[in-house]
Amino acid sequence: MAELNAKIPAGPLAEKWTNYKAHQKLVNPSNKRRLDIIVVGTGLAGGSAAASLGELGFNVLNFCIQDSPRRAHSIAAQGGINAAKNYQNDGDSVYRLFYDTIKGGDYRAREANVHRLAEVSGSIIDQCVAQGVPFAREYGGLLDNRSFGGAQVSRTFYAKGQTGQQLLLGAYSALSRQVNKGNVKMFTRHEMLDVVIIDGRARGIIARNLITGKIERFSAHAVVIATGGYGNTFFLSTNAMASNGSAAIQCYHKGACFANPAFAQIHPTCVPQHGDFQSKLTLMSESLRNDGRIWVPKKKEDAEAIRAGKLKGADIKEEDRDYYLERRYPAFGNLVPRDVASRAAKERCDAGFGVNATGLAVFLDFSAAINRLGKDVVEARYGNLFQMYEKIVDENPYETPMMIYPAIHYTMGGLWVDYELMTNVQGLFAIGEANFSDHGANRLGASALMQGLADGYFILPYTIQNYLADQIQVPRFSTDLKEFNEAEKAVNDKITKLMNIKGKSSVDSLHKELGHIMWNYVGMGRTKEGLDIGLKKLAELKKKFWSDLFIPGDKNDFNTELDKALRLSDFIEIGELMALDSLSRNESCGGHFREEYQTPEGEALRDDEHYAYASCWKYAGADKTPEMIKEDLTYEFIHRQTRNYKS
Amino acid sequence: MEKTINITLKIWRQKGPKAQGGFQTYKLDKVSTDCSFLEMLDILNEQLINKGEEPIAFDHDCREGICGMCSLYINGHPHGPDTQVTTCQLHMRKFKDGETITIEPWRSAGFPVIRDLMVDRGAYDKIIQAGGYVNVNTGGVPDANSTPISKIDADEAMDSASCIGCGACAAACKNGSAMLFVSAKVSQLALLPQGRVEAAARAKAMVAKMDEVGFGNCTNTRQCEAECPKGISISNIARLNREFLKATLKS
Repeated sequence: MAELNAKIPAGPLAEKWTNYKAHQKLVNPSNKRRLDIIVVGTGLAGGSAAASLGELGFNVLNFCIQDSPRRAHSIAAQGGINAAKNYQNDGDSVYRLFYDTIKGGDYRAREANVHRLAEVSGSIIDQCVAQGVPFAREYGGLLDNRSFGGAQVSRTFYAKGQTGQQLLLGAYSALSRQVNKGNVKMFTRHEMLDVVIIDGRARGIIARNLITGKIERFSAHAVVIATGGYGNTFFLSTNAMASNGSAAIQCYHKGACFANPAFAQIHPTCVPQHGDFQSKLTLMSESLRNDGRIWVPKKKEDAEAIRAGKLKGADIKEEDRDYYLERRYPAFGNLVPRDVASRAAKERCDAGFGVNATGLAVFLDFSAAINRLGKDVVEARYGNLFQMYEKIVDENPYETPMMIYPAIHYTMGGLWVDYELMTNVQGLFAIGEANFSDHGANRLGASALMQGLADGYFILPYTIQNYLADQIQVPRFSTDLKEFNEAEKAVNDKITKLMNIKGKSSVDSLHKELGHIMWNYVGMGRTKEGLDIGLKKLAELKKKFWSDLFIPGDKNDFNTELDKALRLSDFIEIGELMALDSLSRNESCGGHFREEYQTPEGEALRDDEHYAYASCWKYAGADKTPEMIKEDLTYEFIHRQTRNYKS
Repeated sequence: MEKTINITLKIWRQKGPKAQGGFQTYKLDKVSTDCSFLEMLDILNEQLINKGEEPIAFDHDCREGICGMCSLYINGHPHGPDTQVTTCQLHMRKFKDGETITIEPWRSAGFPVIRDLMVDRGAYDKIIQAGGYVNVNTGGVPDANSTPISKIDADEAMDSASCIGCGACAAACKNGSAMLFVSAKVSQLALLPQGRVEAAARAKAMVAKMDEVGFGNCTNTRQCEAECPKGISISNIARLNREFLKATLKS
């Protein structure tokens, strides 16, 4: 069986990164100019990496599928970014951020990576402020913080409810500066369709120009994947419409391991679904849980009356409300981690206490906060979120409690990477949400922005040099090599095959079917029986996709249906991987909840004896079950404990 | 409670940048008023695909009003009749039963049409590349709290920084001017000590690029401000003019 070597540096936990940097190989400035790096994606990870690598003097080729690098979906992150600055003097430290992240991830993340993340977190805030990111400030002129789920300190920096936007625009400005200097060449509206491997090393990509439909070739000394997560496997998610997992699947087909696909995060505070025509679910920032209280009626008859439209949330008396998070988790209350909050909402709704027409919603109520702080303060903190809610739902959340329900939001799983953020394919790196490394089985709020920028600004620009230092003698590659010919031919064959199906089903109709299968069988509560059914249904759907799909238009031209079909074929494969991984993990941890494995109180029952590993799936060929390789997660420095948010 | 409406759509269709375009009329029945505007177009596209026709091309991505990708000119207004929303946040409850809705792409010399309702906004990227940043490398920067910034300035910078780069301002302007977009970035960075150092030079470089890529001049008609989905104020343009004047006087 193949082995995976995480290449974790020796030495005490807090010294590993410092030691690594002191001893790694570097590339001198004149050699950097001769080395090409492809970065796919322009979100927080890809944008910051492309900018930083350009600053160092590498020749960077940066790709995105949108019309501008500024539109990557990192832009939609609302709440904030964590950093162990301890500006609030409330007991925070690098160690505590590390510990909270490991614990929040339910002890399924790699110790050394997470500690490094906490170490560089402070530098991210310094960097962003220097770029002109307008973080929220106190009247004294210093930076303001707020608290987020899973933490007992206030370490989250924010820019209104638009933190992701401001951080991304910071990275975009740094990237634009490098484009202007000629160090980064930008390819917008280009979608990667395959990675090209030469003699076991990643040496380029095949991409489709989404405007002309032309297939293009690009070569480089290293390839960095920063294409985000695969949440859109569920069709309805908080991801943007074009967010997809295809780059990861292409790498997986070329030998890179796909780790922990089952670990998908269901975010507790999203606007509930309202109809079959719905195209996406909108997130309401977790920061709302700082001041909003989550409840459902105590009496079933009240819940039924609300569902029938006979009563409104505001009509229910205080003593008839069940603030179930405060009841179940007194120590953390409404600020329990996302997986815990999501499951608790599902539990109440399944028990018949849900509050909208479908019975799949709970209240998030600001009346107590408005009484305590005044409407002005609540508006200053959350005004843009309240406006967003009102535009969607047509109800005023200052007067009527908001309704929320969990939705797929973020995927912790992704391409397996070692300590250097390199996959098991030489020269192929993965950063940000596209990799698996830092969040274990559950990501804490305000940690995605931290990880994306940590990888792009402060980790990859170091570690990639340790690889490239051996490549300085390697001349630029011609894209006429046979490996490029073969990769392009495979892409063209797949496109021709898709166009020639000429069936009756549109891409979206099949994608919706996939979403239903995923939500019903590979969703918030998984069982062996359900997963078996899910796998069977996925196989049927795959057959239907390859026999009944219809794509109008021309393959050699602009064609959004073809773009979506290529992504959907990969989403179906990711769905299968998620189901297989869920089936193999006979425990509950973080975002992966197997109903067979829970405590009498309904809490997740982790099994450290048998499942303290990352499950890394290796492609075995079309229609063959992939091989699972385990990376044992050894905890040298901390003890695993059952997560407790009660006391 | 959910209501439905029947509508007629007049939609601009254009096969490519150089092709002749024109309006086509489509009827759509029983559209839920809870639908977003783009979900309404999804429904229409699904019907077109099921008839074997090519769907209407339009830009969209996040569908929550922040990425700036959606860009429809609806009944004579960028992002439609509602205020302070992007097209993706516009809902069908803003339209009446039996209404005829006209949908066009952004019309501006700086934004050539790519196909149907999609335009090329690469010009905005070029303006930012000309100077919309602080010249600072990764690492080696001072501690984030080493320079206090007044909350008033920080909040004002944040308001300017809320721009999503959608292009509604230029599309709304009779002169096709991108001044609101340019001024929002110039203001954000001029208000903060980190960006103050290069404020005048930045204004000059960005304005020069704006002229070069085909946008017109500002004549204070304020249409941009009225149509901006993020409520960016034209006081930013006044600040840009001040910075631009300083730069001109210096040189």
